[in-house]
Amino acid sequence: MAEKVLMKGNEAIAEAAIRAGCLHYFGYPITPQTELAAYMAKRMPKIGGVFLQAESEIAAINMVYGVAGTGKRVMTSSSSPGVSLKQEGISYIAGADLPALIVNVQRGGPGLGSIQPSQSDYFQATKGGGHGDYHLIVLTPSSVQEMADLTALAFDLADKYRMPAMLLADGTMGQMMEPVSLPEPSCHTVDKPWAVTGTKMQRPHNIINSLYLQPEELEQTNLARYERYKEVEANETRWEEYLMDDAEIAVVAFGIAARVSRNAVNAARKEGIKAGLIRPITIWPFPKAPIAAAADKVKAFISVELSMGQMIEDVKLASECKKPVSLVSRCGGIIPSPDQVLDAIRKSAGGNE
Amino acid sequence: MTTELLIAGFGGQGVLFAGKCIAYKGLFEGRELSWLPSYGPEMRGGTANCSVILSDEPVGSPIVSEPDVLIAMNLPSLDKYEGAVKPGGTILVDSTLIERKVERTDVRVCYLPATKLAADMGAPTLANMVMMGQFIKVSDAIKMDGLEDAMKKVISAKHADLLELNVKAIQLGYGYEA
Repeated sequence: MAEKVLMKGNEAIAEAAIRAGCLHYFGYPITPQTELAAYMAKRMPKIGGVFLQAESEIAAINMVYGVAGTGKRVMTSSSSPGVSLKQEGISYIAGADLPALIVNVQRGGPGLGSIQPSQSDYFQATKGGGHGDYHLIVLTPSSVQEMADLTALAFDLADKYRMPAMLLADGTMGQMMEPVSLPEPSCHTVDKPWAVTGTKMQRPHNIINSLYLQPEELEQTNLARYERYKEVEANETRWEEYLMDDAEIAVVAFGIAARVSRNAVNAARKEGIKAGLIRPITIWPFPKAPIAAAADKVKAFISVELSMGQMIEDVKLASECKKPVSLVSRCGGIIPSPDQVLDAIRKSAGGNE
Repeated sequence: MTTELLIAGFGGQGVLFAGKCIAYKGLFEGRELSWLPSYGPEMRGGTANCSVILSDEPVGSPIVSEPDVLIAMNLPSLDKYEGAVKPGGTILVDSTLIERKVERTDVRVCYLPATKLAADMGAPTLANMVMMGQFIKVSDAIKMDGLEDAMKKVISAKHADLLELNVKAIQLGYGYEA
C-alpha cells in the first residue's frame, strides 16, 4: 500500500483522476469544490494535460462531450447550481453513449442556496436531471479515501458501460482532510472502436450523435441502452453494511450522513438497541437487495439525509413499504447531529428503551 | 483513545494551520484522524475554526460539536464554544487576547499568554504554535517525539527557513506551566 498522505477530499479526487489517466479537465470555479479545479490548474500543465477554465458550466460540459467522443478520459466538476447548468450536456453525453466523469460537491439549494454541505441533489443525480430516458452511474464517497478510490472506479465503469458517471459528494467531503493512500497510476486500455480519432481512410466514419429522427431507431437505441443499464444494476451495485446481522433498526445513509449515522448506531448499541447501518455506495444503481432483505428482519428503517427527504423514496420502494420508514434530516447546509439520529433510533425501537 | 479537538480564533491566527500540524503529527504516529475546517461566510470577520479528531479507531463523523479540548485563540471563540466542551474536558486560553476567565467549573483550564510568549521570541504570529505545544502537553493525543519530521511535511519548501522557529514555538508552549 502506498504511503498515506493528508489531503482534502477535493484534491484527492483531482489526483486520483490524473492517476486514472484523465488528462482533460474542463470546469468553472464554484465553492465548495474549487480546490479540485485549482489542483488541476496547477498539475495539468506539468504533465502534458489540459486544464481549461471555460466561460461557463455549459461550455465546460460540452467540452467534456467533445473529448469524450475521442475516447480520452475526461471530467468536469462543480457544485449544485453549476451542475444544474450542465444538465443539458449530460443528457447529450448519455444520449451519445459516451463515458465521462462529472463531480458534484453539493451545497445547499435550491437556487444559489448556500455554500455549506448538502445532499439535496439526490433526485437530480439519480432520477434524470436532464431530459430523456437515461441514467448515470452515481457513486457517493463517505471518506477522503473513497473520494480517490471511487474516482478511479467511476472512470472504469464509465468506460466499461459507455455511460457518464457521477461522483456525488458534499461540501464536508470536499473540504475535510483525512489520511489517504492514493491509487497507483493505471494505464487504462479499454478498446474504444467507436471513438472519433480519424479514419486514416481505412475505416468507415464513426459518428457521435444523440439525434435520431426515426422514432423506431431512437426506440431501439433506448432499449439497447436499457439492456446495458440492467447489466450495471446486476453487476455494479455497491453498498456497505455495518452491524446489520442482528439489527432491528436499519439506518440508511450515504456520504457525510453515513458518518454521522455510524456514530449514532454505535451509541444506540451501547444503550442495548440493536441498530445497524446500510450505506449505499452507489445510489444509481440503488442497493435494493440489502434493503429488501432487511425489510424481512428489521422493525423499522430510518433514512438520514441532508435534504428534505429524497433517498427515503428509494428506501420505501426497495423495502416495498413492509416496515415503517422515517426521516432524519437537516437541510440548507446543516448536518444532522449524531444525537438527532440516536433520538430517531430510540423512537423507532419503541419499548426497547 | 479518541481526542476531539476544536481550535477557534480570528481568521489569520493560523487556526487551520495549527490543526493541520496536529493532524500531520497524528498521521506520523499512525493514528486515525480527520481535519475539517470551517469555510465560507464563517471565515469572514467571524471566528474561523477547525475540527480535528485523533483516534485509534476509524473516525465516524468528522464534525466536533462537543470537544474534549478547546483551543480558544480569541474572546468570541471562547464565548461561542465554552459551553460546548465535554464535562471533564480541557480549555486552552490565549490569555494575552482573552481577559476573562472561563466560567465553567467542570473543565480543566490552562491559561497561557501565547501571543505574548510568541512575541517575546520575535514571532508574534506563532501564538498558534505555542498553543499547539501546550495541547501536546496536556492532551496526550500526540507526542513531541518526531515533531520536526511532521512539521517538515506541513511547512512547504518555500518556507523551510521558518521550520526551526515553528518548532521552537511549539517547544515553548510545551514547556509552559499554565
